[in-house]
Amino acid sequence: MNEVIIITGMFLVTFSVRYVMFAMAGRIVFPAWFQQALAYVPPVVLSAIIAPLILMPQGHLDISLENPYFWAALVAAGVGFWRQHLLTTIMVGMISFALLKWMTS
Amino acid sequence: MPSSNSKEFINGAKATIPMIIGAIPFGIIFGTLAESSGLSIWGAMAMSLFVYAGSSQFIAVGLLATGAGPVIIIGTTLVVNMRHLLYSTALVDKVKHLSQGWRALLAFGLTDESFAVVNARYLDGSDNSRAHWFFLGSIAAMYGNWQLCTWLGIGLGELFPDMTNWGLDFAMSVTFLGIVIPYLRNKPMWLAVISAATFAMVLRDLPHQLGLVAAAISGICIGYASQQICLRLSPKSVNNAQERDQNKGATNNE
Repeated sequence: MNEVIIITGMFLVTFSVRYVMFAMAGRIVFPAWFQQALAYVPPVVLSAIIAPLILMPQGHLDISLENPYFWAALVAAGVGFWRQHLLTTIMVGMISFALLKWMTS
Repeated sequence: MPSSNSKEFINGAKATIPMIIGAIPFGIIFGTLAESSGLSIWGAMAMSLFVYAGSSQFIAVGLLATGAGPVIIIGTTLVVNMRHLLYSTALVDKVKHLSQGWRALLAFGLTDESFAVVNARYLDGSDNSRAHWFFLGSIAAMYGNWQLCTWLGIGLGELFPDMTNWGLDFAMSVTFLGIVIPYLRNKPMWLAVISAATFAMVLRDLPHQLGLVAAAISGICIGYASQQICLRLSPKSVNNAQERDQNKGATNNE
């Protein structure tokens, strides 16, 4: 069945990526260029995931006052750079989003 | 001394609370979206139980809703989760003394959130001999919460069919935003992130999340290339910045 194949496959690739280094316990050493490129992977993938969600929630670029995703993310980013504290960033972002969504609806 | 093991475990769970707050709405929205994408209740629950990777679960239900097949979904999961290779590479020296069973367990729970918390713990200069219990505590809290929220989301999705329009997905966005910010310490990283975000938006309408994959690969190449250019121009400044990053860790969430 499709669902079983999808979930088994997703489990296998996700767990393999997470486990391979731990399993080999340091016996795999990547070349320097690969290590340096790897350092970019988390912020790049995470921002590629969130940019369309924040800036184009209706499918087109929207930085008008009607887009609470954009303004709440902007406030959260400002607080994030200023305080460098994750819980504060998340809480401020979520509260701003709720307020903006309530104001625009 | 079991008491100090349990203390580490509890501290790990406590340190994960900020991440849990972001994951609650995100887990709920996954549960509600799963149903509208055509995934069965058991499929949604099994995905959270066995795959346990929020962003790729989110993307997988999005792909399912567009009718994508297993190869596309599994391939996209692999690309999106490649970042965990960095996390495990960063932590391998801290766990290599543990048994294979422990290592498998910790690897299974190595999410963005637990990595951010656990990496900060390993780098804070205190005694690390029991820190794997801290790691496990972080995983247990995050994992338990994820299961509970998925289940809650499935139930709420049936009660409130319009819940997918409430904007709960913003919780994932703001959590990831909070995780990205500490990385933005030098120009190549800024350039990589801005170009990945731009490509992701421009290529958004490509089928099967290919835009996301292309954006990620372009961002990594642009970041790496600009780092090489910066190194040629002023070798000292980039080296110093990288050393500082390694010393501080990629994250400083507390």
